[in-house]
Amino acid sequence: MAKDQSQKPQDESRRRFLKYSGTAIGGVVVGGVIGGIIGSSLKKTDKEEKPANPETPAPSSDRDYNQALMFFTQDQFLITEAASERIYPMDELGPGAKELGVAFFIDHQMASAYGINSRDYMSPPFYPSEVSQGYQLSFKRKELLALGLDALNEYSTDTYNKPFTKIAPEEQDAVLTAFEKNEVKLKGVPAAAFFNLLHNLTIEGVYSDPLYGGNKNMAGWKMRNYPGNQMSYYDVIEKEEFIKMEPLSLHDHLELG
Amino acid sequence: MANKLPKVNVVIVGMGWVGGIIAAELTKAGHNVVGLERGKSRGTQDYYHVHDELRYATRYELMQDLSKETITFRNTEKIRALPMRTYGSFLMGDGLGGAGVHWNGQYYRFLPYDFEIYTKTVERYGKSKIPEGMTLRDWGITYGELEPYFVKYEQMAGISGDKELPEHVSQMSKPFPTGPMKQTPGMKLFTESAKKLGYHPYNIPSANLSEAYTNPDGIERAACQYCGYCERFGCEYGSKADPVVTVLPVALQTGKFELRTFSNVTEIIHDGKKATGIKYVNVPTGEEYMQPADVVILAGYVFTNVRLLLVSKLGQPYDPKSDTGSVGRNYAYQVNGASTAAFYEDREFNMAMGAGALGSCIDDFNGDNFDHSSLNFLHGANIRFTQAGLRPIQYQPTPAGTPKWGKSFKQATLHNANRVLSIAGQGACMPYRHHYLDLDPEYKDALGIPLIRMTFDFEQQDIELVKFIARKTKEIADGMGATTTQMNDVIKQYNIVPYQSTHNTGGTIMGSDPKTSVVNNYLQMWDADNVFICGASNFPHNGGYNPTGVVGALAYRTAEGVGKYLQKGGSLV
Repeated sequence: MAKDQSQKPQDESRRRFLKYSGTAIGGVVVGGVIGGIIGSSLKKTDKEEKPANPETPAPSSDRDYNQALMFFTQDQFLITEAASERIYPMDELGPGAKELGVAFFIDHQMASAYGINSRDYMSPPFYPSEVSQGYQLSFKRKELLALGLDALNEYSTDTYNKPFTKIAPEEQDAVLTAFEKNEVKLKGVPAAAFFNLLHNLTIEGVYSDPLYGGNKNMAGWKMRNYPGNQMSYYDVIEKEEFIKMEPLSLHDHLELG
Repeated sequence: MANKLPKVNVVIVGMGWVGGIIAAELTKAGHNVVGLERGKSRGTQDYYHVHDELRYATRYELMQDLSKETITFRNTEKIRALPMRTYGSFLMGDGLGGAGVHWNGQYYRFLPYDFEIYTKTVERYGKSKIPEGMTLRDWGITYGELEPYFVKYEQMAGISGDKELPEHVSQMSKPFPTGPMKQTPGMKLFTESAKKLGYHPYNIPSANLSEAYTNPDGIERAACQYCGYCERFGCEYGSKADPVVTVLPVALQTGKFELRTFSNVTEIIHDGKKATGIKYVNVPTGEEYMQPADVVILAGYVFTNVRLLLVSKLGQPYDPKSDTGSVGRNYAYQVNGASTAAFYEDREFNMAMGAGALGSCIDDFNGDNFDHSSLNFLHGANIRFTQAGLRPIQYQPTPAGTPKWGKSFKQATLHNANRVLSIAGQGACMPYRHHYLDLDPEYKDALGIPLIRMTFDFEQQDIELVKFIARKTKEIADGMGATTTQMNDVIKQYNIVPYQSTHNTGGTIMGSDPKTSVVNNYLQMWDADNVFICGASNFPHNGGYNPTGVVGALAYRTAEGVGKYLQKGGSLV
């Protein structure tokens, strides 16, 4: 279902509505009532539009050119996709990491300043540490992740005679658990630190603004009824009942020129 | 060789709440002030795309760049301190407005007990109540003496709160300038349950404005929109009081204030008795400048204030072995961890909505508002329910025993995303002889200057406090109509990895004894009377509250002290 949506063309009427409503205008204090109106009217718009032209092929301009690799090899990408899907799997509640684009998110993050720990203190010397002192390794995130992914493959090949992407989901879980518990000793790869990084990146990829490549179509937010980037809840903050809103992303908020 | 600049009246190091307040007050009084900020300039226009949890909350957009400077940490003197390489336990701000930009806006005055904690503890329980090694100190100022300065801060920031606070919380000579924030269903449940138990709930006083407000300086600000992006974020509406939208424009309007951003102060120049100025580096070019001044004011975060004194060799460094000296003494933190989660199967709450200072709390178990005779700890905690806006990356609510990943993790977090109300204690932190700040012998910042080293751990006092407060949070949560409640009443060794609180205190403590304190109650340095140091670094211990209210009041007190000093010189006490 979410896949169908990803193929849907950009909804121009939605954009116009947002612009008109004032939520996309910066610096203006808008009443929370707008959030409520947007939520309800967008839901209607979605419902009305779906049956109108369900089979229209997506024009080429709607291909997601952002979905390409900045850092990973294709193998590393596929391992990341498979592993993150086990951490956050597709189920009856909705899409998993794979469909949400989490592996693209992780790839892009590793190619960013975050991947090279540019704002972390990475000066030597590096000493053995207490757990309470936090990360004390010289590995940068992109190095740790790449080595860890290779180690995932090596460990599953050693254990199951197949690379990580080819073993059964339960076996993938067993491999990941061995890394989580730091039971894997391969080429000096800190297994638990790698698993933690992969785990955190997966959660971030599921729930960060879709501008970063994950949380495709805000489907991560929709599953937990997170309304995303709303400007105001002034008029609804006191309500007793739970208010479902169609989420908004930072893209909806963009107003250039 | 540093370029020597023309001498100025007053130079302030750091342009957060303290620097901003002092700059505004002194320039209004006609003094010329230079303000140095090592980070960039910024304003509300920078926050147009601020609703971005990844960028601001988990990539720390507004925080200090640790690759340039961090701190080192160890639990005890027996182990080697190692650098805090990535963010975790607390977040140091950077840029104009400092940590005053990314705060939640929770405003408290501290209790009268806090300011005279030693005397009042001994009076009620005797000296033997204070355990070996706990370096409890009176602050050298009373609540009554500080009260007018709280009022000044409240009027400036537009603090929103109840007309009156419970008697055991605050006697206020003037009510808050704006009414309380709106009440959410969760706040009502907390309030009703606490009342039924005979406690005294009130709305958390808030620097997120409940209504449009014009302050005595003529600064107008709009009401809070409850968008749920306060902590770790700047406010695009200017509704959350921060220095950039309150005091700094006032200072700039006088024409007597010169703000220099990207100016990283590295040393206080002095002759052992007086400061003659400061040295700073222009960050983009690396050029060094010497800024002579009549008065030097340290208004940095806790670590900056302590570190500048130590690297400049001004004041007596604290030595825990001989228990002598003062700079670095009484480092304290915040004792969090006591909490109860109330799970509701039959209803959902709008947990994405909120404001940093939206919530209800009680102080029935804070300070000495309850009898400690049979308890193995001092002080207590503000117990509260807050609705600050829960965001999906950082908030993964699961009942105890849920796996950390996989299908059951996913289902539990999705199910509980809007079904949990958390009641938590913000515990006070008592000072100990072996909790302190000094210079690290090995690790240096990007300019080659030693990093500050923190030696700190949780004590038996903290473990007992958490156990006690947790039971109170459970008692309240149990009365809130939830399906189940789960209590956390255990804290262990202090660990710098998980985020806990950006309420670091101590190191340049205030007091009435020059031997054990760094500054007097005008925040004037005992060892150099033209140096003033202000911030949470002045706290001899940390109370069961957020510290900004007290920091703000102390900043107004400092401004008054500097004004007096500029007129008559010498020691002010």
